[in-house]
Amino acid sequence: MIALSDYLVFGAVLFTISMAGIFLNRKNIIVLLMSIELLLLAVNTNLVAFSSYLNDVTGQIFVFFILTVAAAEAAIGLAIIVLVFRNRKSINVDDLNSLKG
Amino acid sequence: MNFVIPNFAPAIPEIALLILASVVLIGDTIWSKRCQNATYYATQLSLIIVGWLIVDSFTVHQIVTFDGSFVRDTLSDVLKIFTVLIALGIFLFARTSMQEKKYGSGEFYVLGLFAILGMFVMISAYNLITLYLGLEIMSLSLYAIIALHRNSGVAVEAASKYFVLGALATGMLLYGFSMIYGATGEINFDKIAAVIATGQVDHTVLAFGVVFVVIGLIFKMGGAPFHMWVPDVYHGAPTAVTLFLGTIPKIAAFAMVYRLMVEAMPGLLKDWQQLLIIVTVLSLIVGSIVAIAQDNLKRMLAYSGIGHVGFILLGFIAGTFDGFASAMYYVLVYAITGLVGFGMMIVLGKGRQEFDRIDDFKGLNARNPWLALMMLFAMFSMAGVPPFIGFFAKLMVIEEVVKAGFVWLAVVAVITAVISAFYYLRVVKVMYFDVPEDTTPIKAVNRTTQWTASFVAIALLVFGLIPSGFINLCYNAVALTH
Repeated sequence: MIALSDYLVFGAVLFTISMAGIFLNRKNIIVLLMSIELLLLAVNTNLVAFSSYLNDVTGQIFVFFILTVAAAEAAIGLAIIVLVFRNRKSINVDDLNSLKG
Repeated sequence: MNFVIPNFAPAIPEIALLILASVVLIGDTIWSKRCQNATYYATQLSLIIVGWLIVDSFTVHQIVTFDGSFVRDTLSDVLKIFTVLIALGIFLFARTSMQEKKYGSGEFYVLGLFAILGMFVMISAYNLITLYLGLEIMSLSLYAIIALHRNSGVAVEAASKYFVLGALATGMLLYGFSMIYGATGEINFDKIAAVIATGQVDHTVLAFGVVFVVIGLIFKMGGAPFHMWVPDVYHGAPTAVTLFLGTIPKIAAFAMVYRLMVEAMPGLLKDWQQLLIIVTVLSLIVGSIVAIAQDNLKRMLAYSGIGHVGFILLGFIAGTFDGFASAMYYVLVYAITGLVGFGMMIVLGKGRQEFDRIDDFKGLNARNPWLALMMLFAMFSMAGVPPFIGFFAKLMVIEEVVKAGFVWLAVVAVITAVISAFYYLRVVKVMYFDVPEDTTPIKAVNRTTQWTASFVAIALLVFGLIPSGFINLCYNAVALTH
């Protein structure tokens, strides 16, 4: 039997990996997008674990909404990345530095 | 199990806005070739219809519908009416700048309407799912609206920064939501509050959730220490979009903080108060000090906006309903003042040139005295000089914080307000006492924007001279809500 705390630790690990991915990554915007997806999956893991633990279906419904919105969010994110590539011919995070002050 | 049809009546403004926005979206593809302004007029008409629907069914009771996921109360009605009014002004300004720049102007109005729909849903959300959906409807529209100038490198960069940090903020917020759901087993705000009030909740999990929720909220509001996206996004976005971003999303963000902190977690006041105190002090300091170094007006107003977020949160720290009302008054005043502050850059902008450097305002008094006076009204109001409306906003917030016993916070707020007065007054000094390089008279882009800017700027003075009606409106709205 896998305990609730194991799922929560798993969710926290996913969350930490995605945070590290966002803040340490200096290479590629696509990796940022992947990290954001991972962040939402960490939340989904948490919600499903709690839902099963509490015997309450609401958490799983919440997960459906998050999954749907995450798809829409990824679409907009990719569209923005295409625009970045068109303007700069690169998707390096380090190249996004024209706005400063 | 029997099926019950929910009560749709409280959500009619949202439903109407959704239908009208969809009509404008489809209509735009048909009529944009033949008639350029049709989309603009359709958008304004939609907003007027929605505004009238809210006024017509103005409620003084709390109506909860859709199985406790949607609420209609006086607070939400007042906030929505102001959102509609300010949005009308925004589109009046934006039309000029959209026409001149020839970037898909139809998309701007449609995305704007959808963003307003998202704000409405946020304002009326009564459970975590609705709040999340409203937030995403608004955010996704805003990401797209910033990237509208697709050949402009800075606009696209601003959009990518806003997207990454906005998505990160949403993730934080959701992680907090999952903790709150796990601790209480409920997602409806009133039920969460009820479960917390019983005291039989694991406080560690709950506190963990509160921390993440507050971080997410502050990210979205643009308060320090999570403010790094604000100046870049305001600066990179086209002026019309900055005008949109800098005003009404703050109203929706206020509603989000109110619903989560006050309606869902009043029992955890001590926990979130501590967090907000740190955020407020940092925001006030960053907003006042860093703005001094800016030479771009949009960037300066972005940093000043961070400072204003600090003032709005002061009202929440007070922890009383009068405090929340003063925060509401502040956020509405800030949105109205921002309309003139950002709008003036559109009024004075000509053609492809952006009128957004502070040096552009040099000697404006000699070139166009009337608009210089209107800009002076906006700057004085933001700085909090009596008798302008911004003075009363600051006064109410500080008064409530002192009443709640945080005298040191009030001192910090006053000191930072004095420091920030320096850079507002610098704009006034540049306009009135500096010698312009180009002495030719400068005309407003067109009559409509000039009249709109003048009307709102004079309103700042009029509501400053007779402030009681507006203040009472906010206090009554909050008093009728709880």
